[in-house]
Amino acid sequence: MTAIIHSDTPVDRIAAPARVQVARRVRGLSDRAIAWLFVAPTIALLLAINIFPLIWMIRLSFTSLNLSMSYLPLRFVGLDNYSDILTDEDLWTRLQTTASFVISSVAFEVVIGFGLALLINRQFRSHSFWTTIILLPMMLSPAVVGNFWTLLFQPQIGPFNYVVGLLTGIAPSSFSMTGEVALAPWTIVLVDTWMWAPYVMLICLAGLRSIPDYIYEAAEVDRASSWRQFWSITLPMTMPFLMLAVLFRAIENFKMFDMVNLLTSGGPGSTTELVSITLKRAAFEKWRTGYSSALAIILFVTVFGAANIYVKALNRVKQR
Amino acid sequence: MTAVAKSTAHSVVEASPRVKAFAGTVVILYAVIAILPLLWIAATAFKSQSDAIAYPPKVLFEPTLEGYVNLFTVRTRQTREFIAGLPAATTWYDKLVRKHDMVIAGPSKVVPRFINSLVIGFGSTFLAVLLGTLAAYAFSRFRIPLADDLLFFILSTRMMPPVAVAIPIYLMYRQLNLTDTKIGMILLYTAVNVSLAVWLLKGFIDEIPREYEEAALVDGYTRLQALRKVVLPQAVTGIAATAIFCLIFSWNEYAFAVLLTSGDAQTMPPFIPFIIGEGGQDWPAVAAATTLFVIPIVLFTIVLRKHLLRGITFGAVRK
Repeated sequence: MTAIIHSDTPVDRIAAPARVQVARRVRGLSDRAIAWLFVAPTIALLLAINIFPLIWMIRLSFTSLNLSMSYLPLRFVGLDNYSDILTDEDLWTRLQTTASFVISSVAFEVVIGFGLALLINRQFRSHSFWTTIILLPMMLSPAVVGNFWTLLFQPQIGPFNYVVGLLTGIAPSSFSMTGEVALAPWTIVLVDTWMWAPYVMLICLAGLRSIPDYIYEAAEVDRASSWRQFWSITLPMTMPFLMLAVLFRAIENFKMFDMVNLLTSGGPGSTTELVSITLKRAAFEKWRTGYSSALAIILFVTVFGAANIYVKALNRVKQR
Repeated sequence: MTAVAKSTAHSVVEASPRVKAFAGTVVILYAVIAILPLLWIAATAFKSQSDAIAYPPKVLFEPTLEGYVNLFTVRTRQTREFIAGLPAATTWYDKLVRKHDMVIAGPSKVVPRFINSLVIGFGSTFLAVLLGTLAAYAFSRFRIPLADDLLFFILSTRMMPPVAVAIPIYLMYRQLNLTDTKIGMILLYTAVNVSLAVWLLKGFIDEIPREYEEAALVDGYTRLQALRKVVLPQAVTGIAATAIFCLIFSWNEYAFAVLLTSGDAQTMPPFIPFIIGEGGQDWPAVAAATTLFVIPIVLFTIVLRKHLLRGITFGAVRK
């Protein structure tokens, strides 16, 4: 913020003709008024659509409200919902399912995305065309992606099993990617990686391009091996970008609902039932609004807390 | 790439032809494999019902528009005699349907759902970009108390799982009679998009030198005039890129749509998986809907190429 644009600074008073001063007083608003006028609608909308409902939900989380029995009077049950959730072993299993989904999908995305970025950064001919092709999956609707992969994974008619059959000799109809307890958790990781490895790639590419050439030139003068250059220059200098990508992906996958809901809808059994799907069932199928409000708040606090810790770590890496 | 690297052909950072060939081969191989599922869906849209469920899966087949016809129509099965008694089919799609002993009973719901997607998408994008531009300008140019906290608050509204947000919104909309209405969905998507819009646009506006506005203010423009005649024209690219990102979000969104709409305001993503034929999902029709739904996204991705990075990181990474 430079001083010049503040109407009350001496510079402005000297520079602007008197006419402007009058005009501004008559037609214009003060900068301060404009600032608030411009920010207010956004804040008001977020208060109405995000914060007010959040506060309402906090209140509901202390009640036993069930929308399928909404004729019952609203009864406050204190922390019962919270203690129910935290002592529910099934729910801890759901959280474990979610955690292993987040960890494995992000790990694959980082390895593939970073690998692709390193290769694309070699600037071979037509690399920007192929980069755009690779980016397409992440722009699609996760729900639509989940839906069409169910076709690709059909044991009989789907091309995925057929190709696996051709490559390995296993009979295509002998396994079901979405229907088997052993395979389904990997299936959602596979589709998520297909969709989001390009995301990590794009961010890593920006990191690689931010490294100035002269550092590599100096390393070359010092006869550092390319292995050494990778560990001492490329990786540390791309690290903040990589960690940013991991942060965004981890938050998004912790909240994952749409793609998995359509691909496996949590099944078979509950092997791929991520915590968002549990929440949806509690809130919109069993209509246990009080209970699911408490669960929603626990999830929000978890994401928020984890993200804050992570951002602190990210800043520490940046400072190095 | 800096100018230095380009000018020196034998720079140490320039990869050798052999490395480039290897890198190119691996990347192109990945791209081809990654794009195959999409091509398969685009091809399935042109398959007949029996080709779509053939074993082994058919790569070569006789293309037909049945999938698209089925997507846009509702059909009823009739006896041969009944069809023979009807006046002769005049249009190509009538003929196509009657080959399978069916008669077109009317249009399907796909067009209204598509229109819902467009109305809700453009409505929420317009509002989010409008609010976002104003707020971003204020954050960029004025000293706002607790600006960083406010910006973080705006971003943090995105961290809630959508299913969690939907619970109180569902209750609130029920009270306000906004359930399954386009207005309700537009407001909700605007609230989600405005955080992205503020963060992205603040980045774009930060990059416009202040000197232009200052000159305009000295020339007697008011703040608002300077914004309209000096800043906005220079921010057009950024505003357009932001708008496309908002549009893509609304277009693709599923969780809110499936939980809060059931008919009047239903958009394409919750509709597509429930395109049912005789005996389960009508795959050619589903594939046709998916193809039509995805084409605008492909075009937008190409248009947005230069700004993608900014968009997906909320402006955290710029180049």
